[in-house]
Amino acid sequence: MSTLIETRNLSKYYASRDGKTVVRAVNGVNLDLGKGHTLGVVGESGCGKSTLARLMLGLIEPTSGEVLFNGEDLLKLDRAALRQRRREIQIVFQDPYASLDPRMNVSAIISEPLEIHGVGTRAERKVKMLDLLDLVGLDRNSAAKYPHEFSGGQRQRIGIARAIALEPKLIVLDEPVSALDVSIQSQILNLLLDLKKRLNLSYIFISHDLSVVEHVSDAVAVMYLGGIVEYGEALRVLNSPLHPYTQALVSAIPKMDAEKKKQRIVLPGDPPNPEDVPLGCPFHPRCQHAMAVCREAYPALHLAEGRKVACHLY
Amino acid sequence: MTNEPLLSVQGLSVSFNTEQGRLRVVDDVSFGLGSGETLGLVGESGCGKSVTAQTIMRLLASPPSFVEGGRILFEGRDLVLLAENHMQKVRGDRIGMVFQEPMTSLNPTQRIGRQIAESLSLHRGLNYSKAQPLVIDALRKVGIGNPERRLDQYPHELSGGLRQRVMIAMAIVCGPKMLIADEPTTALDVTIQAQIMELLQSLQKDLGLSILLITHDLGIVAEMCRNMIVMYAGRIVESGPAAKIFRRPKHPYTDGLIRSSPRRTEKGTRLFSIPGLVPSPGRRGRGCSFAERCPCVMEKCRAEVPVLASDTRHAFACWNPLP
Repeated sequence: MSTLIETRNLSKYYASRDGKTVVRAVNGVNLDLGKGHTLGVVGESGCGKSTLARLMLGLIEPTSGEVLFNGEDLLKLDRAALRQRRREIQIVFQDPYASLDPRMNVSAIISEPLEIHGVGTRAERKVKMLDLLDLVGLDRNSAAKYPHEFSGGQRQRIGIARAIALEPKLIVLDEPVSALDVSIQSQILNLLLDLKKRLNLSYIFISHDLSVVEHVSDAVAVMYLGGIVEYGEALRVLNSPLHPYTQALVSAIPKMDAEKKKQRIVLPGDPPNPEDVPLGCPFHPRCQHAMAVCREAYPALHLAEGRKVACHLY
Repeated sequence: MTNEPLLSVQGLSVSFNTEQGRLRVVDDVSFGLGSGETLGLVGESGCGKSVTAQTIMRLLASPPSFVEGGRILFEGRDLVLLAENHMQKVRGDRIGMVFQEPMTSLNPTQRIGRQIAESLSLHRGLNYSKAQPLVIDALRKVGIGNPERRLDQYPHELSGGLRQRVMIAMAIVCGPKMLIADEPTTALDVTIQAQIMELLQSLQKDLGLSILLITHDLGIVAEMCRNMIVMYAGRIVESGPAAKIFRRPKHPYTDGLIRSSPRRTEKGTRLFSIPGLVPSPGRRGRGCSFAERCPCVMEKCRAEVPVLASDTRHAFACWNPLP
């Protein structure tokens, strides 16, 4: 498998609101994604998954580390080259109500990236726009309508059409189905799976919904307080998690199959505050297996049982 | 379920006056909630589940909403007919309510101790110093440590999970018989959701609460509820014991919802999906509202509304149910 995007020791730090401490939103992340593959990134609010996505898109600058796209460091590119790279990396946002301009009609929304990058003539862009509508399963006469005339699922299709307009290689999907009803969720997930095959796309799929992530991802990275705590093949990580945090996450998902019902691991305490990261393993205050070493040493991500895990137990 | 349900909703229909005329959003809904029972009410956006709950609590302004028919019997009284001053004695005292978004349901300018004490002042005539021990007790019951210190905090100083616990404390402080929880964990992270579900289950056991749990998450219903109701486009399409419905749903809509879950599908393959969209009120046709999206549709489905069998424990409104 050839690597499409890779992060090396990627970090993004911010000053906290009072300016006294440093918030490590993303802390030393190493990930790679092969062409045609999907990497799922899971974690709870404030774990840094959305910051990681913005770093990989080149929308914000890292504090340290590299993002390699097709082997090139995104940060070392000049403006023209970066502009070209940006065509190849697109994003679909969670909330289809907030991410589409309500004053633009669908035709303008989907054509905008083509215009910005000067693709084709006006007539060619129109043909392309109509093709995109077909591709995402929207009616051609949607072109003249405005976002408010569509349901949540249809709006997400508009967002996807816009994201694939420039024929990207990689799409970052930031909670793409979280705001949708169950029956609509599966329609959009099917569309994403179809498009991936047809257009040979690679996805970074960010979500808090582990069952969705498991379904679409080849590999999964679990984030906690800016760092990766477990990373490996999706089925392995989610079916036999090693890190106590991954175990708690997996057990906390409500399941429909009553027979398979397992004991829920209920973590004590709140999701941690990224402005106040505990010493040692960031997870130790909520961990039922915490040992003396966990309070002192930050566990490095290392190989164990066929995946990488950042925990002193292994 | 006991013989005499605590809450009995009978033939409830609710409409709204809109620019397009009068639209019915809850249509002939009937169900019962027994003492100490948790009943799950599931369905997608716009199915009428929240309107049903808000009508029980009489929280909807009228106009534009109207109860067009039916009764809501609670402790022997019909809440539909109750005068507003009597309803105020039920709301927050006999029936507590927990909403989805704790941040928008709490008053950001008031300390949480005083917010929780409000219903004690309203229903019991207690001033704040008399109410305080009861408030502290309620905070303890919902698992908030160091409650004396929390009294003086504002909602913004609390995390989402703690705010939801405060909401639950407000709902139970007067010792209600029944709790309506409308998507109580939807805005929370998975591990916090697990905490709140655990809390609701233990409160139910300790206080003997009946809970009407409204959610779109079938997994939560499977874990929390013995009985469930599935609503679609304003009507109940299936109801009965949750385990039975999950094992063998009879209504094609319920079946579609369960099958669209990624958990029931082989990894990476296309998911089952229900084609089309929920029809908006006013475009629901003469027959079954699900007919346009149904894989088992017959001629009769488009002409006649299927009736929900009322005598069996597992009921479904379908002319052509699954085997």
